[in-house]
Amino acid sequence: MSWFSEPASPTQITHGARLWLYVVAALVLAFLIVPTLIVIPMSFSESQYLEFPPREWSLRWYRNYFASTAWMQATVTSFQAGALTTVLATPLGTLAAYGLFASRYRWAHMIHVLMITPIIVPVILVAIAVFYVYVKIKLVNSLTGIVLAHSMLAIPLVIMIVTSALKSYDMNQEMVARSLGASRARAFLSVTLPQIRFAVISSALLAFLTSFDEVVLAMFVSGGGNSTLTRNMFLALRDQIDPTIAAISTLMIVVTTALLAFSQRFGQTHRG
Amino acid sequence: MTRRAAVPIAVRALCKTYGKVLALNDVELDVRGGEFLTLLGPSGSGKTTLLMVLAGFIRPDQGSLKFGDDEVIRLAPHKRDIGMVFQNYALFPHMDVATNVAFPLKLRGVKGADQQRRVEVALQTVQLEGYGARRIDELSGGQRQRVALARAIVFEPRIVLMDEPLSALDKQLRERMQIELRQLHEKLGTTTIYVTHDQREALTMSDRIAVISGGRIMQLDTPQVIYEQPKNRFVAEFIGESTFLKAELDGAELCRCAGQVLRLGRAASARGPGVVMLRPERLRILQGEAGGTENMLTARVVNTIYQGDSFLLQAQLADGTALSARGMAGQGSLASLPGVGAQVRLSFSVADTVWLADAAA
Amino acid sequence: MNRFAPSPGANAAGLRRDDSVERLALFALSAPALLLVLVTMIAPVAWLFGLSFLDDAGSVSLEHYRRMIDQPSYGRTFLVTFQVSLLTTAICIAAGYPLAYAVSQMPTRAANLCLILVLLPFWTSLLVRTYAWLVLLQRKGLINEWGIRLGWWDEPLALVHNMTGTLIGMVHIMLPFLVLPLLGAMRAIDADYQKAAASLGASPMRAFWSVFFPLSMPGLLAGTLIVFILCLGFYVTPAVLGGGKVIMVSNHIANDIELFFNWGAASALGVVLLVLTLAFLFVAVRLLRLDKVLGGVHG
Repeated sequence: MSWFSEPASPTQITHGARLWLYVVAALVLAFLIVPTLIVIPMSFSESQYLEFPPREWSLRWYRNYFASTAWMQATVTSFQAGALTTVLATPLGTLAAYGLFASRYRWAHMIHVLMITPIIVPVILVAIAVFYVYVKIKLVNSLTGIVLAHSMLAIPLVIMIVTSALKSYDMNQEMVARSLGASRARAFLSVTLPQIRFAVISSALLAFLTSFDEVVLAMFVSGGGNSTLTRNMFLALRDQIDPTIAAISTLMIVVTTALLAFSQRFGQTHRG
Repeated sequence: MTRRAAVPIAVRALCKTYGKVLALNDVELDVRGGEFLTLLGPSGSGKTTLLMVLAGFIRPDQGSLKFGDDEVIRLAPHKRDIGMVFQNYALFPHMDVATNVAFPLKLRGVKGADQQRRVEVALQTVQLEGYGARRIDELSGGQRQRVALARAIVFEPRIVLMDEPLSALDKQLRERMQIELRQLHEKLGTTTIYVTHDQREALTMSDRIAVISGGRIMQLDTPQVIYEQPKNRFVAEFIGESTFLKAELDGAELCRCAGQVLRLGRAASARGPGVVMLRPERLRILQGEAGGTENMLTARVVNTIYQGDSFLLQAQLADGTALSARGMAGQGSLASLPGVGAQVRLSFSVADTVWLADAAA
Repeated sequence: MNRFAPSPGANAAGLRRDDSVERLALFALSAPALLLVLVTMIAPVAWLFGLSFLDDAGSVSLEHYRRMIDQPSYGRTFLVTFQVSLLTTAICIAAGYPLAYAVSQMPTRAANLCLILVLLPFWTSLLVRTYAWLVLLQRKGLINEWGIRLGWWDEPLALVHNMTGTLIGMVHIMLPFLVLPLLGAMRAIDADYQKAAASLGASPMRAFWSVFFPLSMPGLLAGTLIVFILCLGFYVTPAVLGGGKVIMVSNHIANDIELFFNWGAASALGVVLLVLTLAFLFVAVRLLRLDKVLGGVHG
C-alpha cells in the first residue's frame, strides 16, 4: 500500500490519487495491443469464426495458405516487389539525401520538399493517377510498375532518415578527408558512408516494409499474374472473412517484427 | 621527417561576398617559405574564410593563389597537397589511431612496410609512440589533437593549415601544446598558416602575425612590431591591453595631451585627429625626475586593484581622461602605492608612445 | 617576395565555371530520385489535375466540379468524411492524452516498454489490424461472444460494416500518430516547471492545468493535425470496416473509377481532396513550424 502514497510527479501528487490515470492508460494500451496481436492465436483456431481462445487448435488455415497457388504467387510477388523497391529506393534516396545536404544552394531546399510530397499527397489520388498513366503505357499489372510506384513512396522515407543521420554527423570529417587527398566521392565512400550506415540500413528495411505493407497503390496497379499479397488480402476482406487471412496476417506480423527488431539492433549498436 | 624545400604562398586580389556581406575584401598576402604565419582576428573577421580559401573549400569570387610557382586557386582541395588540422580534430571514429594516420598515405598509394614505418615516425614526432592500436574514443583531448597533427604531416605536405586547433583544450594543456607546435614547426620547417582569435597564442607561436578584421588585413608584422607599433586602433585594441588618450598633434613629433607635451616614438605620418596609445604595463610610477627618453603625465589616483601577480592603478588626467598603469606586485608593493585621490606621476618611454590616426573614435 | 600582379577580376570567370560544375554534380546525385518522383507521381497527378477540367467530349469545362455541388451524394461524402475525421481525432485526443501523460511521467525503463507497446501496432500492417477488427467486431466475433456471455447484451450488436466499426478501426490506426508526437513534446517539458509551480503553492491539479497542459499544446496540436489530415484521405479502413456504407472521399473516388469508370469525376474529387489536404497542411506548418520536421535541409 505504500506505493500508493508515494509522490508520483514533481507536483507531489500521489500514485493513489492518480490511479484512475494509470487505469485509463492501461486500457488504452490494451486497446492498442490486443487487436494487433490477437490474430496470432486466432489463426490457430479450427473454427471458421476464429475463436479466442480457440476451442480446437489447428493448422488448417496455414495449410490452406501454403497449398494455394494464388496466395503463394502473391507472396512471391510481394517479396519480389519489396526487395526490388529496397534495391531501387535506398541508393537513390541516400545519394539524393547526400547531394541535397552537401549543396548549399537554394534549390536544394525546394527539391527536398518536392521529394517529400509522395507521403503528403493522399495515396488514393496517387494510385488512380498512376493507374491512369500505367494503362496508357501498358505498365499495369507488371512488377516493374509496382516497383517504380513503391519506390516513389519509399524514397521520401529514405531521404528523411538519411538526412537526419547526416545532420548529426560531423561533416568536418569529410572535409578533412578531402584535405588529406581524397576526392569527394572517395571521402563519401570511405568516411561518411561507414558512419551513416545504420541509417542507410534502417531506411532500406523501411523501404521494404513500405512496399510489403502497401495496399492502395497495389490495389490499382498490381494484378493479374503480379498481384501482391496485400491486394489479394484486401479483395478477400471486402468479399468475405476468409480465415486464411488470419494465418497470413500472423506471418506478416512475424516478418515485420523480425525486420524491425533487426533494424533496431543496428540502431542500438555503438554508432561509429 | 625530411625537410622539404619550403614553399611560399602568394595571395592576390582575393574577394568573397556572401549576399551583401563582404567576407574577404581584396586580400593580398605574401607568406615566406617555411614561415609560421598566424591569421589573428575576432569571429567574423574573415580569418577562417581566408584559411578555407587557401584549403580550397571556399571558392572566392575572384583572386589568385599561388603555392610556390603553382597557381592553385582553381584546384580541388584534395589536389593541393595541404595538411589540415581542425578545431574539433575531426578524427575518423571508425578507424583506430594508426589507420587514421595512414589514411593520407593510403590515398597516395603508400602501402605495407613503408606505410607502417612512416606512420610510426609521425606518431613519434607528436610523442604518441605506440598508440597506433588505440581507438579514438579512448584518447584524451590533447592526445586526439596530436593524432590529428600526425595525420596532417605524415605525408609531408608542402603547406600546413590549422584552424584554431587548440581552442577546445583547457588552459594549461593549451599553453603546453603551443610550445610543442612551435617546436614541431621548427623541426619540420613547413610553411604553416595558423588561425586563432587568441592574441596571446598568436604572440607566442608566430614568425609573423596578420591581424584581420572585416575581411581585410589590418597589419602584417612580427609579434613584437604588432605589439609595440600597432598601425591602427583596431590592432592596438585587439592585442594586449591599451589605453587611448585624446591628444592633438603639435608638429610631427610632438603632441599635447591633457595640457602636457609628449614626444612620439615615431613621427605621425598624417595630420588630422588621433589618439595616443599607451600600454598599462609600460607605465611606471615616477619617484624622482623623468629621464631624457621618457614622457610623463600627472594624474589623480582613482582606484588601485590587486590582481595577484600584478596590480592595476586606475587614474584620471586633468581633463577627465582615464588612464591605467599596471605593475608587477612584489611583497608589500600594494602598501607603497599612493592612495585614492593622491596625485601621481606616471612615466613611460618615448618609444612606447604611439600615435594612432583616429579612424572612428 | 613574389612580384606578380594578376589582372583585376583574376580567375573570376574560371571560378564561376567551377562553381557551376560543382552545383551540377551535386544536383546529379539527386537527379535519379527526382526523376522517379516526377515521372511516377508529379506528372500523373498533374495529368489527372488537367483531366478534371475536361468533360467527356474532351473540351475544357467545369462540369465535374459543378456536379460535385449539384449531386447530393458528394455533399454526403464530404459530410461523412469530416464526421469521421473529427470524431476520430476527438476520440484519439481523449484516449491518447492520458496515455501519453502517464507514459511521460514514468521512469525511463517503464516508459520505454510502453513506447514499444505503442509502436507495435504502429509498425504492424494496416491491413492486418483492420482485419483483426473485422474478426473481433463481427456478429460471431470475440466482442459479441463475450458481451453476451457476460450478460451485457442479449443480441449480437452490429459493430462492423457501419460507422461504429469504421470509427473503432480508424481510432486504432490513428492513435499512435497522436500519441507519439505528443509524448515527444511532453518528455521535453522540464520537470522544473512543475516543481516551481508546486513550490509556489499550486495544487497538483492547478499545476497541471496552468503549467503542464499549456506546454504540451504544441505536441498535441501537431498530433491532432497529423491525425486529421491522415483521416481525410484514408481509404482502407472505411472500405473494409464500413461495409460499403461509410463512403469517405477516397472511397468515393475509388468507386467512381472501379464502378463507373468516370475519370473526370474521380479526378475532380481527387483535386478537391488534395487542395483540402494541402490547406490543412499549410495551416499545420505555419502553426507549428513543421517545415523543420518534414525536411529542412539547412533548417
